[in-house]
Amino acid sequence: MSLVNYLQYVILPILSISVILVFIRFVKGPRITDRVVALDQLITIAIAIITAYAMMSKQHAFLDVAIIMALIGFLGTVAFAYYLEKKEKNE
Amino acid sequence: MNDIIIMVLSTLGALYILVASVGVLRMPDFYLRLSVTVKAATLGIGLTLAAAALFFGETAVTTKLVAIILFLLITAPVAAHMIGRAAYFTGTKLWKHTNFDELKGQYNEETHELSGKASSPSPEDKSN
Repeated sequence: MSLVNYLQYVILPILSISVILVFIRFVKGPRITDRVVALDQLITIAIAIITAYAMMSKQHAFLDVAIIMALIGFLGTVAFAYYLEKKEKNE
Repeated sequence: MNDIIIMVLSTLGALYILVASVGVLRMPDFYLRLSVTVKAATLGIGLTLAAAALFFGETAVTTKLVAIILFLLITAPVAAHMIGRAAYFTGTKLWKHTNFDELKGQYNEETHELSGKASSPSPEDKSN
């Protein structure tokens, strides 16, 4: 079994199952903080999928997208946390 | 040989991410879910990126991947701390089997600053 086939038929299905499991938590909630954590986890799994796809297609330029995804995930979580706490203070 | 090392690293990374996802779905409490997400998923993503660094084997790509790994290792605890703090102040309940809430009564409810004098923990709490 070649490496590309292994990535395509073993690694990507495992990551896809992970996306489905996290998305169930994203829909269920129950609070907004659970959804923020699930969103952060979804972006982390997206970085792994991009890395596996870059290995499959032998294009290392795709890894730039992974950098931007890591940045967006961090900034999104921090912004959500900042404004959630601020909202609590004003009420 | 190189292919086998790449396969092992990427499989370990994907399995760690799968375990983190099962934990996010199955854990009973927000704080337990948060701890599972940060540790296991960061380890899994690091292993996957290390597999990619071995796969390409060029200095430019390896530098880029090491930069991503370092960025994730630095930012994941910061983001987890901020969202956990926001969840605590917005009143997320702990799991009913959690024994200790060490932050309870330790902060000012209006300014969210640590005061330390509201109610000092009793000695038997400290010993645990």
